[in-house]
Amino acid sequence: MLSKVAERVYWIARYLERVENTARLVGVYDNLLFDLPRTVEFGWFNLVQINSAQEDFLERYKVKDERNVVKFMLGDANNPSSVVSSLKMIRENVRTTMDVVPGEAWELINELSIYVNDNIQQGIGRSQRNVFLDEIVKGSQQINGLLYGTMPHDAAWYFIRLGRNLERADMTTRLLDAGAAALLQMERDESTVNVEQLIWGNVLRSVGADQSYRRTTRSAVEGEDVVYYLLEDAQFPRTIAHCLNALADSAKKLPRSKELVDFLIKLQENIFDDIDYNNLGEPLREYLNDLQQDLASIHSAIARTWFPEV
Amino acid sequence: MWTKWNTYATGDFFDELMSSPGNPRKPARKLVSYLKTLSDKDIAARKLAAEATVRDMGVTFTVYSDEGNIDRAWPFDIVPRTISKQQWEVTAAGLKQRLQALNMFIDDLYHKQKIVKDKVLPAYILEQSKNFRKECVGISPPFGVWAHICGTDLVRDKDGEFYVLEDNLRVPSGVAYMLENRAITKRILPEVFEIADIAPVDDYPARLFDTLRSLSPRKVKKPVIVVLTPGIYNSAYFEHAFLAQQMGAELVEGSDLIVQDDTVYMKTISGLERVDVIYRRIDDLFLDPEVFNKESTLGVAGILRAWKKGNVALANAPGAGVADDKVVYAFVPQIIKYYLDQDAIVPNVETYLCYDDKQREYVLANLDKLVVKPANESGGYGMLVGPHSTKKDRETFAGLIKANPRNYIAQPTLALSTAPTIIGKSDLEPRHLDLRPFILQAENQYVTTGGLTRVALRKGSLVVNSSQGGGSKDTWIVDTEAK
Repeated sequence: MLSKVAERVYWIARYLERVENTARLVGVYDNLLFDLPRTVEFGWFNLVQINSAQEDFLERYKVKDERNVVKFMLGDANNPSSVVSSLKMIRENVRTTMDVVPGEAWELINELSIYVNDNIQQGIGRSQRNVFLDEIVKGSQQINGLLYGTMPHDAAWYFIRLGRNLERADMTTRLLDAGAAALLQMERDESTVNVEQLIWGNVLRSVGADQSYRRTTRSAVEGEDVVYYLLEDAQFPRTIAHCLNALADSAKKLPRSKELVDFLIKLQENIFDDIDYNNLGEPLREYLNDLQQDLASIHSAIARTWFPEV
Repeated sequence: MWTKWNTYATGDFFDELMSSPGNPRKPARKLVSYLKTLSDKDIAARKLAAEATVRDMGVTFTVYSDEGNIDRAWPFDIVPRTISKQQWEVTAAGLKQRLQALNMFIDDLYHKQKIVKDKVLPAYILEQSKNFRKECVGISPPFGVWAHICGTDLVRDKDGEFYVLEDNLRVPSGVAYMLENRAITKRILPEVFEIADIAPVDDYPARLFDTLRSLSPRKVKKPVIVVLTPGIYNSAYFEHAFLAQQMGAELVEGSDLIVQDDTVYMKTISGLERVDVIYRRIDDLFLDPEVFNKESTLGVAGILRAWKKGNVALANAPGAGVADDKVVYAFVPQIIKYYLDQDAIVPNVETYLCYDDKQREYVLANLDKLVVKPANESGGYGMLVGPHSTKKDRETFAGLIKANPRNYIAQPTLALSTAPTIIGKSDLEPRHLDLRPFILQAENQYVTTGGLTRVALRKGSLVVNSSQGGGSKDTWIVDTEAK
């Protein structure tokens, strides 16, 4: 398989995951803000912050309100991580890897792009936002389902799996960070306990993990347990432990991967050493920040091993 | 009832579908009688459905403009163009004959040049040829074939006969659109396929694959075949990707390839892998910066050395374009006679060579009636269409011709055939069209069933190029004698 094609296929998976997660994230915020007491100061701008996109945002918008944030996250072609930008990148990459990606994927991605571009106003306004976000999540899952059902498990497949799991792990750190940040903002409030449950409940829902969390832990929603679950549970497909495992497993199936596999195994052994589950405030945020750095170094190692030299 | 068929005016041209208002030709009868059962509303709905299908299938072509390159949806008319199987068989034989002779001609030019020595082809044509590559002299590609893939433009004149308008032997494009047109029509008019005997078109990628595979220098079971594209900004990128996908070949750009020890390799995740056959969609001059255009970043340095050593096959071979010259075109009937001792089955359009004093005189005196073309352009650029020209245009061309007579030919303005085309929601009007079949040659020959029909969507226009307002139609070869 061409190095360049490997790189493109990897990015298809990353952007696809990003589209779905961004839609989920906006959806969860929508819900969360309905439930929080009005006295809590908790703004839409957090969404921009957890995606580390403050600079991009402030370059183009003055007011940090719902409309601008949602527009920035979903429909802003100048934001490289927005849903429309990610879809555009998927399209470009599918278009240039048509020899390895199933033909139907090209049609599905076209359909999804057309849907999003035609209905973007629905997403920005509030009344039909849910329907719009649902369609995006469904559209992404449809494409993933197609790949699962029709792609041979050859090199291209393992590059897709690498991209998907790295992006997923990254998004899980960001969602946890959103929870930690929200919590920090309301520490002095009377209703903290209740709000804490709301926040962590929503973090779980944002990755679709609320049901499995309850079944696995058989406990109420508590910060400590939620963070542990989303970091270390080996079974749920969006946890850090699970994603790292999938990354190592995929890397093993690819040629010339020994160095990368060793690196991943070492990471798996000690990545949870520094977390303190009793302190979910600033220390958690710092830990998550380090985790994001580790993920970035995995990407660099993948690129170094297989992608064309820049 | 879609009644527009009864009042459809065929005008002064040969119409592909209708012999007179309300009377379809034999190959179109089942199609037209089916379409008539639909209502105006149905037609409008199916037209919309076709547009949505084109968008979903992502069938696009790229237009260059000042605002950057834009991907435009492929303009598609849902009313197919029909040709009888019996007529097509004769035409197909003529196309094979033509390509066989042209390949013998190219091979001769790069070896003994007998046709020049025998004075069948005037020496000046070769001396001043833009696409003769001296670097290719003495090379003997497999089967003596240089042009493996050829797209020949056919037109029908008033008399209903097919004529060859030009041979595209360099990097002809359009075949992916032919295949996609059929895929769209199957979705939009599935019912007609049950009642009419329409020949399938979809074996082209398999035939192309066989053709390319037979060229492999390594006699291995699975030679490595790649499609070399200039990249996503090329107007035919969609087709390059499509063909690679359909053949299971790798789609590569120049930067994915490297030449070591006169052998071509591609850069893969496992390291370098040897390449056997390159279906190149890059023009000769950009293929190898070592030999041709030094500035080219699209090509691969050393690729020509590898080809000359016989370590890699290139399709089409470099230098094949020497026969893709409108002055050479004028000699094709003689070329066929010379190499095959046969008369051309499909005739040429009458052509005047501006290099010849007498013919030039005639051309200059009749610019308002003729179409003037430069010898080595494609895509419909740099042409003068006499009847649609201004006095100033004609003066410009008179100057161009006098300055460089070898570079111009002229042809009478053809009464290109028409076919009913949907205009607006459900109106039916005649529009001019041509046909580009694709011919393959390596060890064996193959001709597509039909080809790509291109339509000039503007009323009265004769320009069918998609970059200049052209659209397309599915092309049906219909067996009218099937039981």
